[in-house]
Amino acid sequence: MAMIAEAQAVEQAPDRAGALGVFRRSDASFYWLTRLAALTVLALLGGIIVSLVIGAWPALTTFGLDFLTTQRWAPQLDTPVMGALGPIYGTLVTSFVAMLIAVPVGVGIAIFLTELCPIPLRKPFALAIELLAGIPSIIYGMWGFFVLGPFLVETVQPAMIAAFGGLPIVGAIFAGPASQLSLFNAALILAIMILPFITAISRDVFATVPPVLKEAAYGVGCTTWEVVRNVVIPYTRVGVVGGVMLALGRALGETMAVTFIIGNSFKITGSIFSPGTTISAAIASEFAESSGLHQSGLILLGLLLFVLTFAVLAAARLMLRRLELKQGR
Amino acid sequence: MTFIAPAADSAPAAAFAADGSTKIAVRSLDFFYGESKALKNINIDLAERTVTAFIGPSGCGKSTLLRVLNRMYDLYPGQRAEGEVLLDGKNILGPKQDLNLLRARVGMVFQKPTPFPMSIYDNIAFGIRLYENLPKSEMDGRVEAALKGAALWNEVKDKLDASGLSLSGGQQQRLCIARTVAIKPEVILFDEPCSALDPISTAKVEELIDELKERYTIAIVTHNMQQAGRVSDYTAFMYLGELVEFGETTRLFTAPRQQRTQDYITGRFG
Repeated sequence: MAMIAEAQAVEQAPDRAGALGVFRRSDASFYWLTRLAALTVLALLGGIIVSLVIGAWPALTTFGLDFLTTQRWAPQLDTPVMGALGPIYGTLVTSFVAMLIAVPVGVGIAIFLTELCPIPLRKPFALAIELLAGIPSIIYGMWGFFVLGPFLVETVQPAMIAAFGGLPIVGAIFAGPASQLSLFNAALILAIMILPFITAISRDVFATVPPVLKEAAYGVGCTTWEVVRNVVIPYTRVGVVGGVMLALGRALGETMAVTFIIGNSFKITGSIFSPGTTISAAIASEFAESSGLHQSGLILLGLLLFVLTFAVLAAARLMLRRLELKQGR
Repeated sequence: MTFIAPAADSAPAAAFAADGSTKIAVRSLDFFYGESKALKNINIDLAERTVTAFIGPSGCGKSTLLRVLNRMYDLYPGQRAEGEVLLDGKNILGPKQDLNLLRARVGMVFQKPTPFPMSIYDNIAFGIRLYENLPKSEMDGRVEAALKGAALWNEVKDKLDASGLSLSGGQQQRLCIARTVAIKPEVILFDEPCSALDPISTAKVEELIDELKERYTIAIVTHNMQQAGRVSDYTAFMYLGELVEFGETTRLFTAPRQQRTQDYITGRFG
């Protein structure tokens, strides 16, 4: 047997070199295929930026930096005036309010699912949350317009106006009247839409905390809340912030649902119950009927959204780096 | 192969020298992981200010027994204990037992070092803050005392602000011991505390256990029989969920009364 095996080995030796050559060639082609895939992403990104800049160029040269500080949006005039202040304001406000609502609720749901929920209920709960993420945004828009909007106008908004409207300083933010098309309603819909992202990612990273670390915390006598606050969240902070950033990116760019319920007003009033617009909503509602400088202005808005999203995400990364440094100081 | 049954009527408590008072008394304890029974009718007394070692092959239930003593099993649904565990004469298995309080009284050090994701200082101060509201100066004193108690002070005194995770494995384990000691428990449970450590760190931890027994009642699970021989006053040998033999360490290792104990400590199985 041994001799036969040896004989085979001798015979196979040249074949093996040939086989290795095949491996090397397929390895090289695999390397180039994957590299090509990675380069495609960069090319696409660059292409999008370039085409945005080209499209926005007429508006950019006409309005210059005034575009950022002008509130008036009158593209139909003989000498058109277009300013992005309203959409920028609306985008930031709706996203901020949405995060304000969705982050605590989403992380709270994740804590409940990983630490507190009875095991038989975990799966159905998690599934329900994930299904929320699968609902198309146009459905959210219609539901927000026909169901949530009227409900908010009749109940929640008047209560909030009554409660906070009279306070000094913050009163202006909650100034009435209630409106079915408002920044607040859009923010609430956004919050519901990004909730599943925050929950799903938080839940996944919470599950990575080693059980023994939690046991150690329980072992010094911590309550569940103390374990979550002092061990689970610090241990998973980077992952949770990552999930929040993903959600923020979605909130900044969300178009359809917001266009339905935000009212598309370029005027800034300061109250979250007044109609407004976001960058993506403005583009979506006007792009089809636009031409010339008007269209160029809308493309410039798109470029701004691109820059805004990039800046927010970069700032978040910077903050995260700071946090990490502080933790390991 | 006739094994002498280690039944309850052989009263392991009787094997226990009557010099110290009983800190923990386990009475007819059964433990279940779902349907499967992991501990069968355990009876054992842990004397105050002594070290009791639990030895036995993997899966014999020694870690399970340890996790009953501070009810760590309670975190997991489907695990349950029946019988009694008396801490200072009071049953801790009752539904009214305050678990946080129990775990403050019965501290635990785990197999792997488990520093919390915070600074060395905060790792110690964290547990203390749960129970006491101390001014900064007093807290500093407590942290220093705990770190000295765990023979770690000299190595970390200049970097108390560094992350607990930045220490070496042996240092991390001593940090965990310091953290446990800092909240002034009465009993400390060690679950294979040296299995992830190098020999030098192991020696340090063993030395530490020897010092700690002057103030605390200690139970230690170990796979290392030399370690059991070095650190413990009493040794319990467990096999397949049963307590086979329990007695003074020197006696158990030199003149085991049960055939299975002898087979295990001489390396014939396990």
